[in-house]
Amino acid sequence: MNYTFNFADIWAARDEFAWGTLLTLWLSAVSMVLSLIIAVLGALARTSGPRWLRAIVAAYVEFIRNTPFLVQVFVIYFGLPAIGLRLDANVCAVLAMVLNGSAYSIEIVRAGIESIGGGQIEAARALGLHRLQAFRLIVLPQALRVVVPPLGSQFILLMLNSSIVSVISADELTAVAQNVQSRTFRSFESYFVAMGIYFALSMLFSGAFAAVERFAFARPASR
Amino acid sequence: MRALTWNDLLFLPEAARWTVLLSLMAFAGGGLIGAAIALMRVSQSRPMRWFAIGYIRVFQGTPLLLQLFLVFFGGEMLGLSLPPLAAATLGLSLNAGAFLGEIWRGSIEAVPAGQVEAARALGLRYGARMLRVVLPQALRVATAPTVGFLVNLVKSTSLAAIIGFVELTRAGQLLNNSTFRPFVIFGTVAVIYFLLCYPLTVASRRLERRLSAAYQR
Repeated sequence: MNYTFNFADIWAARDEFAWGTLLTLWLSAVSMVLSLIIAVLGALARTSGPRWLRAIVAAYVEFIRNTPFLVQVFVIYFGLPAIGLRLDANVCAVLAMVLNGSAYSIEIVRAGIESIGGGQIEAARALGLHRLQAFRLIVLPQALRVVVPPLGSQFILLMLNSSIVSVISADELTAVAQNVQSRTFRSFESYFVAMGIYFALSMLFSGAFAAVERFAFARPASR
Repeated sequence: MRALTWNDLLFLPEAARWTVLLSLMAFAGGGLIGAAIALMRVSQSRPMRWFAIGYIRVFQGTPLLLQLFLVFFGGEMLGLSLPPLAAATLGLSLNAGAFLGEIWRGSIEAVPAGQVEAARALGLRYGARMLRVVLPQALRVATAPTVGFLVNLVKSTSLAAIIGFVELTRAGQLLNNSTFRPFVIFGTVAVIYFLLCYPLTVASRRLERRLSAAYQR
């Protein structure tokens, strides 16, 4: 192998990498929050809505989960301008990530809701709790314990998947790596550094989520 | 720009054959790597276990797209410029190996410890113990999640489009560049992926249900 590694060009572009990393985190966080909101509504519709609504939500979830994220990105990025909606690449990226992420999150939240037997709610109501109290004191604490761990992994997956939006020139971390490599011809170094950053982020978040689980859900909530 | 014709749309299912081929090759490659990783992960030797853990962490903790870039450009750097199909197959196999390795580790560990102890007590060596006692039982547990993972694998092959391999997604992109009918084209592309993936999803669910029913008895 007669290739000499040279990270000087990458170091010179450290500000770009830092901004790219921040944008990756920002896109992921915004998409996660938005898809969680949709997921809660979607899961409620899926479990207790009218039949036609359940069918629509189920079809949405199945269709999104059985098609590639890249194709969804293309539909939004090329499709919206075709119907006269010109949006910023970052907005398109968030739209695609929300479209995709909410389908997965709906299933997670639904599993959380379904894990709590109807008997629990009936018992809570029989004990004289209001509907809201029953939800807040009985359903929510138990559902959270079921829902938080998979949502943590879902966030990490979303963040890793966000690298795909680099194809529509949103300028997150992977796009930064691509720009730097096309400018400096240091493709290996550039992608290697980006990969290291993603790896550090996913380790960081999985550690953080594990800690949250340990402290918040260690003992069964007694009182 | 030109008009979109029926012949153009027929180009898509044709390109989908490459998606299927790429999926099969990546499954074969990923299966070999995954089997090795799963066995290392449950082995007695600590360095082997650590290697397997590290391998799984790196490939599950970084974006597949960057893994493909590194294989594609890394090969170039080493002086052997891999054609896109080879780079995509290699990259997808390395990635699938980590996920299959983790799935199969779980399946192996689901086999009750008493089975291994009994096999040992009967004097079976490692090879016989694995082949005759552990793996046949692990296989039952592994089938449903493995089929489920295939859905992810088929979807992942779309990333080969980004390194320039003309499979289904790239074909759609090329067609869209010349005709600009994004909804029709990418809609058709999405439907073809759905037709490939949904039967696998359903099969995986059925297998899972059958397995959990079997375990309840």
